[in-house]
Amino acid sequence: MTEQLMTGNVAAATGARLARVDYVPAYPITPQTEIIETIAWWVADGTMDAKFVQVESEHSMLTAAGTASLTGARVFTATSSQGLLYGMEMLYNISGWRAPMVLVNVARGLAAPITLEPDHNDVLAARDSGFLQFHAETCQEVTDLVLLAYRVAEDRRVMLPAIVNLDGFYLSFTREKVSVPDQKKVDAFLPAYVLPHPFSASEPVAKASATMEGSLYTYFRYNTHAAALKGKEVFAEASKKYDELFGRSYGPVEGYMLDDAEYVLVMSNSFTALGRQAVKRMRQKGIPAGLLKLRMLRPFPAQEIANSLKGKRVVAVFDQNLAPGLGGILWPEITSALYHTKGRPEAVIPVVGALGGKQTTSKEMESIFEAMLRVGGGATPEPIFLMRDTELKHVQQAVARATKEVS
Amino acid sequence: MSTATRYKTLKDLPREDYLAPGGTLCAGCGGLLAIRLFHKVLGKNVVWINAAGCVTIMMSYPLSPLKSNWMYTAFASAPAGAQGVRDALDVLMAKGKVPRTEDLKVVVVTGDGAAYDIGYQATSGAIDRALDFYYLCYDNEAYGNTGFQMSTSTPYGSASKTTPVASRNPLGNTKNKKDLFDAWRIQGAPYVATLCTSHGVDFLRKVEKGMGVHGPKLFIAFAACPTGWGFDPKETVEIEKLAIQTGVWPLKESMGGVVHHTMVPRTLRPVEEYLRTQERFRHLFEPVVKADAVGRIQGSVNAYWKGAAAAEGFEIKLADIAG
Repeated sequence: MTEQLMTGNVAAATGARLARVDYVPAYPITPQTEIIETIAWWVADGTMDAKFVQVESEHSMLTAAGTASLTGARVFTATSSQGLLYGMEMLYNISGWRAPMVLVNVARGLAAPITLEPDHNDVLAARDSGFLQFHAETCQEVTDLVLLAYRVAEDRRVMLPAIVNLDGFYLSFTREKVSVPDQKKVDAFLPAYVLPHPFSASEPVAKASATMEGSLYTYFRYNTHAAALKGKEVFAEASKKYDELFGRSYGPVEGYMLDDAEYVLVMSNSFTALGRQAVKRMRQKGIPAGLLKLRMLRPFPAQEIANSLKGKRVVAVFDQNLAPGLGGILWPEITSALYHTKGRPEAVIPVVGALGGKQTTSKEMESIFEAMLRVGGGATPEPIFLMRDTELKHVQQAVARATKEVS
Repeated sequence: MSTATRYKTLKDLPREDYLAPGGTLCAGCGGLLAIRLFHKVLGKNVVWINAAGCVTIMMSYPLSPLKSNWMYTAFASAPAGAQGVRDALDVLMAKGKVPRTEDLKVVVVTGDGAAYDIGYQATSGAIDRALDFYYLCYDNEAYGNTGFQMSTSTPYGSASKTTPVASRNPLGNTKNKKDLFDAWRIQGAPYVATLCTSHGVDFLRKVEKGMGVHGPKLFIAFAACPTGWGFDPKETVEIEKLAIQTGVWPLKESMGGVVHHTMVPRTLRPVEEYLRTQERFRHLFEPVVKADAVGRIQGSVNAYWKGAAAAEGFEIKLADIAG
């Protein structure tokens, strides 16, 4: 084990290197590109014994990734934002193919308008694709979750692809200290990928044949769901093993000052650090605040979420995404996880913020707790859309400039 | 042909069949016939990579008429699917994880919709990367599986469901067929050939020749389509022959960019003989003969062969332009 300073992107590439992947089809997109550049370099200088190929689109990249996985190669690739959506059709295919590849998504807001900094509309658009989803807050988590993702994805009880998500810019380009797992121990944790029925000359196989009736289609779809659910116990086993080998333990969710908390903020990824600061400050003011970080979004850890939040007074879900006409994407998922729980919180407040990586101040985070404190009398909580007065002024100035007539 | 070939006459057609009869495709499907012959030459060790089309339905779970490997990918990305399989086999063999005896020929098989239109970008990428694969396009000159809508392979004057013949659109499709052969050739594909199952020996020799070439290899097979074109399924091979004899479907190959016509009709029969056999061209002759349109088709066929004859130095007697 060595400690190294590295960006979130290099941490992702490091995970792929330690997993001894065989094949990396790639296509550049900001802010992911550093991942594939790093791997291209490592393949070129012999650090990695893998084949790297740059293709002409994310759609082709994911197609090649999936078919290589079905041929018996351990496959890694990465994308962001528009790239994930451009290849979206293939995500559903790859999970249906039961090809256990790992895809890193470096989150970035979606056009239009086109932007570069992160929110989670891209990765959450893949939430129903059949890919397992793990969300990282730190560079350390990125490396570790890539390795855990392979172990879970390739487990015969699961055999589904996985996405590891990290935030663009805030994590992708932030250097943090990463304890790099020892290769020998990784090899013990992650045995070689052996596919049961690869394409072969001696035992030909037909894959992804059409199902021309609903019952067959339904059967295979249910199968995918059952396999994804199996991912919960397989992740728990893998995480236990990882802890034994590397001394780091990862649950599907992670509490912060949660035990005696009455007001809990639920969120994921890099902005969680801001959430924790807000919790600390609220505690200093004597308010029993806490935080629940979501790490595994698929399979959805409904029971763990319910267990973590039962008995709390009020919960707020920080959605770094926007479903126009609904609000946040995770809010209904968290709320439904709590509905059948005895002693469920009195209210679950939807919060939308940090779209396109919008700078978010501690005051904004604290305002979420203040809103939780105001809840009472069984009223439906008002959704909160974070934006500061100074930001609004800035936007108004920009709009004025854009619409100003040139004389 | 000067190079040694296993295929002197049709009697040399390999007996082994890797595609069982009784499949779910239409009776008289020219595409299926092409796939059967193609497979005979390639042998058993093949993985077919398919994009959405008529042939997709041939592989309906749990049945398979194939004795080889099959993979359905997506409409737009069969060549990328071939990339993944080829690369994985190469890297796994190099690492000793897969024995070389398990190696496979990677063959993309799609209709013209995928080959000419929606999969064109992925195809161009695969050619650029010099991917070692075969692309067999069964070209029935429209989107057959969805009920015969025009593709960029649809010829001038053909009716289709999206270029319907009506008062304001009397000719059907008024664009010329895209030249996929030259698109591949100009991008640098080392071997490109057209095929027609009515000319079996020519067909077999070209596939055999392609097997000796490393890199992207395109085979565009004329695929007469009884359902879409509107003719009796028993006429498939007769219509194929007419396509060759009228010069509508030139049999040719390009090796390293140099084009060679492998079957030159000494005297072109009038295109009208070919067009009249099919429902999709009926409006060119009924209720009255549209001499301009038929003349235009004959003119473009004549111009094509005139150019080819000049380039390669062969003799050919063109057909008169009627009207």
